[in-house]
Amino acid sequence: MTTSLFFVQLINGLQYGLLLFLIASGLTLVFGVMGILNLAHGSMYMVGAYLAWYFVQQTGSFTLSAIISAVIALAIGIVVERLLIQRLYRRNHLDQVLLTIGMIFVFNALQSILWGDDPLGVQVPEAMSAAIPLTDVVEYPVYRIFVALVCVAIAAVMYFMINRTRLGMLIRAGESNREMVECLGIDISRLYTIVFAIGVMLATVAGVIAAPMSSIVPGMGEHVLIACFVVVVIGGMGSIKGAFIGALLVGLVDTFASVLMPQLSSMMIYILMAFILLIKPQGLFSS
Amino acid sequence: MDTKKLLHTLLAGAVAGTLCSQALAANEDPIKVGVMLPFSGIYAALGDAGRNGLKMALKEHAQALHGRQIEFIEMDTEARPERAPEIASSLLDQHHANFIIGPVHSGVAMGMIKVLKDKDTVMIIPNAGAAAATGPLCAPNIFRTSFSSWQPSYPMGKVALDNAYKRVVTMSWNYGMGRESLDAFRESFTAGGGEIVKEILVPFPKTEFQSYLSEIGSINPDAVFVFFAGGGAVKFVKDYDALGLKGKIPLLGSGFLTEGTLEAQGPSAEGVRTTLHYADGLDNEVNNKFRQDYEQMFGKPADIYAVQGYDAGLLIANAVDQLGGDISDQAALIKAMEGAHLFSPRGEITFSRAHNPVQNIYLRQVENGQNKVIDVPAAALEDPARGCKL
Repeated sequence: MTTSLFFVQLINGLQYGLLLFLIASGLTLVFGVMGILNLAHGSMYMVGAYLAWYFVQQTGSFTLSAIISAVIALAIGIVVERLLIQRLYRRNHLDQVLLTIGMIFVFNALQSILWGDDPLGVQVPEAMSAAIPLTDVVEYPVYRIFVALVCVAIAAVMYFMINRTRLGMLIRAGESNREMVECLGIDISRLYTIVFAIGVMLATVAGVIAAPMSSIVPGMGEHVLIACFVVVVIGGMGSIKGAFIGALLVGLVDTFASVLMPQLSSMMIYILMAFILLIKPQGLFSS
Repeated sequence: MDTKKLLHTLLAGAVAGTLCSQALAANEDPIKVGVMLPFSGIYAALGDAGRNGLKMALKEHAQALHGRQIEFIEMDTEARPERAPEIASSLLDQHHANFIIGPVHSGVAMGMIKVLKDKDTVMIIPNAGAAAATGPLCAPNIFRTSFSSWQPSYPMGKVALDNAYKRVVTMSWNYGMGRESLDAFRESFTAGGGEIVKEILVPFPKTEFQSYLSEIGSINPDAVFVFFAGGGAVKFVKDYDALGLKGKIPLLGSGFLTEGTLEAQGPSAEGVRTTLHYADGLDNEVNNKFRQDYEQMFGKPADIYAVQGYDAGLLIANAVDQLGGDISDQAALIKAMEGAHLFSPRGEITFSRAHNPVQNIYLRQVENGQNKVIDVPAAALEDPARGCKL
């Protein structure tokens, strides 16, 4: 591999990893704070992509579409948490899995009814349709760099929010001792609603910003869900920092494996996961 | 004419009439058509189009059925191969379907063939292109109205050579249809002196193509030939454009690359050349009428899957018509189907000894969001049906 190709692949890997982080962060946040294993997380990524498509059709503006989609995501998060998830806090993970798998079917059916089953596409916003030449042939689209930057920015905001704000303090407190937080007069159920809605919004926003560079198809949520779980398990269930490192690792390993060992590439991220679990059975940064 | 003779004729007519109505009585049962297509899951849109086409053809050609009604028994395969044998058995044993139309997915086709091969029903495949179905696993009661995986890709080798492309990278998902398509391209391309500089097989259904495309950029071949379909095709064509390869390295493909995906691909697809047994803009009387009627009936434009379903319906109607409505003799039915000459929206088709369509393959180029026919690189192309002993 030449140096320039190595460099290009490095960018590819980092960019894929950052997007994976954005999707996986909501999953690990919800698990870390609330102990809820939300299998329907991938469905929210799918919903995000479809909403982006729908509102771009309606409004013609990608930015507007992203904002509307994020607001809808928050609303979905609040409703789902209040109506369904709330009943499961004191139940075991198996019940949660059952409910959230059911939600996958519901979201898939709604998608099929509302938007049909044909593959759909969103065009890259005009302002970011340029590309930067990397080699004689290969260019790098500005939009993809923008997506990477957005992912980094969201990671930074999350880091700041959890470590420096009152909400973050409550989240950390709720994570380590739910009863004590309640005893201190904090409305924990409201906190949970907020956290769950944020988790849903993160997945949805990931779906929105991924829409112009992916194909919007039925079942797209399930594919990312598996990659997300690999990320979260590698990083340590519930750890945001772990998800960040895990996502970059998965992105890089997957990218380089595709090129260097095409025959093994489909299993490399799982081999990576197994290897890390051998050394650190709880993942890299488990709490 | 004298009175005696007239009486004679009248009597003969009456007798013939009675005989006729007796024969009809035996054939009063509806013809049972089992439909095994995916109505949910990733191939739901394809299954839906196939069913629409099938029903449309049988409705249009109701006269050819000699008064017999059609009873549809629809089963959702969900494109899951493991469910195929069970559903096929139920259509065969419980519903006694005369015809079983399906499937979309080649894996499902294998499961169906296992159950239906040499049984008392006729299977018509309206999509799945697996070579085996009209190759090693071919059977008297198995027909296909779509294509074999070899057919759309083989002519592209010649097209590439005609354009003086000598070094080509091929790429597909690592699964049956993908590998068979790349092999067919390689067959004609290398026979004419071309060189495949690299074959890239991506794990199915992965759609992270960026790293592979960067690599293709570093190889810088004369052209790239790919097989992708559906959502993967959308992503591939968009990535090919986004990473700057479009306009520098010509993109060729099996026609599924730009089939039912053009709207989602947008301007990225402009200029992509593909070979297939159909094109939306094919200008013939049957196709023009077909497209107009289809859009009117179902509220959306027809696609290749609708055409293939439509032709399954045509094949049934044609055979029933030849036999005057009586399909109780399976050998006669198969013979009638083998001899069928259909006026399909894709042009005229007949059937090979392995029961695969003998058809034109069109070279299309995407212009203004449409697959425009620019050439016919292979007329009446017959699949070699390797391994078929019919």
